[in-house]
Amino acid sequence: MTQHLHLWLIPILPFVGFLLNGMLGRRLPKAVVSTIALAFPLASFAVVARAALIFIQVKPQILPWLINYSDWINAGPLHIQFTLALDQLTILMLSIITGVGFLIHLYSVGYMGHEEGYWRYFSYLNLFLFFMTVLVLAGNFLLMFVGWEGVGLASYLLIGFYLDRDSAANAGKKAFVVNRIGDFGFLVGIFLVLANFHSLDFFAINNIIHSNSGISTATFTAIGLCLIVGACGKSAQIPLYVWLPDAMEGPTPVSALIHAATMVTAGVYMIARTHSIFDRAPIALATIAIIGAATAFFAATVGLVQTDIKRVLAYSTISQLGYMFLACGVMAYSAGVFHLMTHAFFKALLFLGAGSVIHGMSNEQDMRKMGGLRKCLPVTCWTMFAAVLAISGIPPFAGFFSKDAILAEAFQAGSLGKILYFVGLATAGLTSFYMFRLWYLTFLGESRSEDHDHHPHESPWSMLLPLVILAILSVCGGWIGYGRFSHLLSPVIGSDIVSPTEASSGSLELILSIVAVAVAALGWFVAHLLYFKPNDRAQKLATSARGIYSLLLHKYWIDELYHAIFVAPLKFISQYILGWIGEGVLIRGSAWVLAGIASLTGELLRRWQSGNLRSYSGWLVAGAAALLLFAAIYANHLGIWIHFDPSKVLPISINPNAAGH
Amino acid sequence: MDNIILSLILVTPLIGALLIALLPDRRTLSAGVALVFALLTFAFTLHLPAHFDNAKLGFQFVQDIPWIASPNIHYHVGVDGLSLWLIVLTGLLAPIGVLASWNTIKDRPKVFYSLFLVQQTAMLGVFVSLDLMLYYGFWELSLLPMAILIAMYGRTLSENGGPNASLRFFLYTFIPSAPLLVAILWLYAKTHSFDFVALQDAISNGTFPAGALLWASLAFLIAFAVKVPVLGLHGWLPDVFQEAPIAGAMVVAGKLGLYSLIRFHVGLFPQQAVKAAPWMIALGAIGVIYGALQALVQKDFWKLLAYGTISSLSFCTLGIYGATLSGLDGAVYQTLNEGIIGAALFVLLGVLYDRASTSQISQYGGFATRTPMLATIFVIASLAMIGLPMLNGFIGEFLVLSSTFTGTSQAWAITATVGVILSAAYMLTLVQRVFYGQQSNLAIAHAPRDLDLREKFILYPLVTLMLIMGVFPNLFLTGIESGLRQTSGGLAYRAVSLCARPGATCGVQATFPVRGGQQ
Repeated sequence: MTQHLHLWLIPILPFVGFLLNGMLGRRLPKAVVSTIALAFPLASFAVVARAALIFIQVKPQILPWLINYSDWINAGPLHIQFTLALDQLTILMLSIITGVGFLIHLYSVGYMGHEEGYWRYFSYLNLFLFFMTVLVLAGNFLLMFVGWEGVGLASYLLIGFYLDRDSAANAGKKAFVVNRIGDFGFLVGIFLVLANFHSLDFFAINNIIHSNSGISTATFTAIGLCLIVGACGKSAQIPLYVWLPDAMEGPTPVSALIHAATMVTAGVYMIARTHSIFDRAPIALATIAIIGAATAFFAATVGLVQTDIKRVLAYSTISQLGYMFLACGVMAYSAGVFHLMTHAFFKALLFLGAGSVIHGMSNEQDMRKMGGLRKCLPVTCWTMFAAVLAISGIPPFAGFFSKDAILAEAFQAGSLGKILYFVGLATAGLTSFYMFRLWYLTFLGESRSEDHDHHPHESPWSMLLPLVILAILSVCGGWIGYGRFSHLLSPVIGSDIVSPTEASSGSLELILSIVAVAVAALGWFVAHLLYFKPNDRAQKLATSARGIYSLLLHKYWIDELYHAIFVAPLKFISQYILGWIGEGVLIRGSAWVLAGIASLTGELLRRWQSGNLRSYSGWLVAGAAALLLFAAIYANHLGIWIHFDPSKVLPISINPNAAGH
Repeated sequence: MDNIILSLILVTPLIGALLIALLPDRRTLSAGVALVFALLTFAFTLHLPAHFDNAKLGFQFVQDIPWIASPNIHYHVGVDGLSLWLIVLTGLLAPIGVLASWNTIKDRPKVFYSLFLVQQTAMLGVFVSLDLMLYYGFWELSLLPMAILIAMYGRTLSENGGPNASLRFFLYTFIPSAPLLVAILWLYAKTHSFDFVALQDAISNGTFPAGALLWASLAFLIAFAVKVPVLGLHGWLPDVFQEAPIAGAMVVAGKLGLYSLIRFHVGLFPQQAVKAAPWMIALGAIGVIYGALQALVQKDFWKLLAYGTISSLSFCTLGIYGATLSGLDGAVYQTLNEGIIGAALFVLLGVLYDRASTSQISQYGGFATRTPMLATIFVIASLAMIGLPMLNGFIGEFLVLSSTFTGTSQAWAITATVGVILSAAYMLTLVQRVFYGQQSNLAIAHAPRDLDLREKFILYPLVTLMLIMGVFPNLFLTGIESGLRQTSGGLAYRAVSLCARPGATCGVQATFPVRGGQQ
């Protein structure tokens, strides 16, 4: 039955697209390249939709549907297979990845139309879909790691898409290396799982956990903490978030797909997927919650003052991912995944809208030079307004429901949860402020562009259609999912230790909602005061708190700090301590000593080689005599190995006893 | 066919060498003949995996002919799962080496290609010899042509670059070969046999005094560890990588030493290997990081590759002495990987050097726009080196690291795992400096052309192999593991590695003794 689902098609289809465009794209016309690039993700989406429909009809009791395709690695006790797994969580993730992914492909046709390397762009984008679908379909840790590293690769290639920009190349490398730090943690986590469960299969591990195998809390905590390092890398959380703002060097649709809607949520997905480990590791959970809340707040403060439209969105992404972490940390996995979904809608929309603005403004990203664009870009303006309302948590837009669910769950999760709730609440106010600030600066007021000859233009339909669809999802995605969502996911990621706190009092939730909306409204109000009409209030505020303003503007100097405490010392040690002392003195030195001995010996030998025949023959005789003497004295003693029997060589008979034996 | 195939494999390159020596000294002629014989040898080596029986114990394709009665030397050759793919790899790298040298070797091509083919026979001989004296002959023979090639065909323009590097290579590899010979002769003195299996039995039966045996095993260990090279004995490698002709440099490190470590150190002296293991594990794990850190700060790309190679070869050392089955699998796999990835990177850097005549990384920049194909292949090879899943490097690294973690030492495993971060850092820095960014003056001045047909012909098969070995590792692992599992005529750690663990009960010799992890 499950074989008829053809799950393997979901990743393979985009992979075929990647191969076709990657190998032939250079020689193909743009229309063919875009057809290939769109057709394969769309087909993949169709397979996902079909699988989802079958899944809903069958209502399987045994989860997940596992399909083994073949063995991957057999070595000693290690047996790892290509196993794909389907359950509600996977279906949800796949729908987002292929659905939103397809929309962004469509958008890119317009956005990237004028770029060199059009084919290259689309082949990378399809490659990304391949790895991302592998990541969420994987039935074991190692196959997930394939997708995990693979999306990092696609991200690296796409960030560095503009080959001739040094900043893009730097950003790509930084993304890969920082992600590798996370992968290091993930790998050690995998090793720990292997050492304790003797399996990497998610569902075999779940069975072992549920059968009370006697694995200690310390072990669960250790595994959990290692996996958190991996999740922090991929999902851009403190302290490994530093790559994401730089990743904005890539084309804007890439930021929408990879660095907002899908790849960066992989950490959240991974935690949800392995939640039965985290459920038994309270310290790891608390770590996730604290990291999440701290990141949410920290990134939001940086977002307050940035002037590059994509940079604001980048920090807002980090901040929103922090909310998802917070949700996971209080075991509200379904709330976290719910926010993951709504965030995918509105953040993709925000980035695509920003792309539309940048496209219309001929690659201007500085919001100080925008303004008044609502007249020229009406569709972009109003679809983005929907997204701004959604992310700010204004009801009934999508973000309200998911953020509200997270805050409510946090509030009810013990004393730590209460503290983190207030951090999350403050963040909500900041979010609302900087998002409305972005929207006001971009679309309202008068144009501040210095280039008066150029008139911004609205984007083509292929770019606007995805905006409209995503706007509809940002408006409706929340209340459609509200209530049903945790029910849908509870078989997969309902916490299996404590029953979910859904049955808590309705009045408390109502109060919390009202507070959250009030805080969001406050943020909106402040933004309105400062930016609705041209005034110097924002300027005054910045000068009156110059220290804080500068700190935020320079992103707390974290990049510089990391360079000073990690990169520079490492280079110093490599270059001077290991390079000069290790390589230079020890290794080279010993080689020179060897060489010295050799050349000295050579010199001595040369003295011997006098060219004098008589002296040569003298040495020869002396050597032979010494050898014979040696043999005569020690041969028996050592049992020396030369069994020289002259009788076999010479036709005369010699008494063997006389030969020194 | 089966019983003479190994002799055919050994003789074919020699005939080629002889033919080249007799023919006139013309570049295309010498190279052409070398290519034909290299391809022929490669075709013969492919016979082995095609007819290898994974289920069979002991050596296959065996040929055992008494050669010299006294001392008792046999021409005894054979193949098991351990050597199987290494032979094929060696066969594959020969035509690639010839093609890579096609344009670069302009002076005295006759000498070059003759020596190259002799070197080929010597390396193949090392992998198939089951008689220690025969093995030693091939081992020495593999060093000599290499030393001459490095001295005569040095790559840089500096006057003494080649000879100096050659001297260093010679000193490093020949000096430890002398104790190796003494140790082999000492083993013979007690048993009157050079036969690998006979010696293995004699050693495990306690024929030799333990103290002296430790010294003999050390002589073996050091001779091989230098050739790998293991951290601390690697002083020759950066110079050789910088100077040696590409065809020589791509085969000089790794597989010969690592194979010999497994077969003739761990295989012959299991008890002594256990004593050396903690040191070797430490050197392996530290070597991963040390090599990577050095690669991070190199300004010359040949040296970067040298230190990167030390780093990835250290995974093999770690896997071998971790004494777990999957770790050994990983070590052998990583040896194959290093051969393929190293060859590809050598050819790629050679292409860059050919286009721009410098190995200073800082002079490069912005090549990707001019040479997109070269950039693509370079990135793929770099990713394989970094250990990206679905490419071959990952399988080896993962097997070694996971088995070290679960079966040997968590601390050393974690130490070595840090290598995954550093390898990404140095390889991607290289990629960035060479290919990305603004076009450098160099790129503008030389207007480098993209890969030509010959270069594609070399690189495409290598890249395809990286992918195949990453996705279908069982094609190779099945054979490798069958070789590693054997106790009779094989190389297993015997029961000692179990006995060596405190509180463990000693296994029976007949059962497979390498710790198979906890299952």
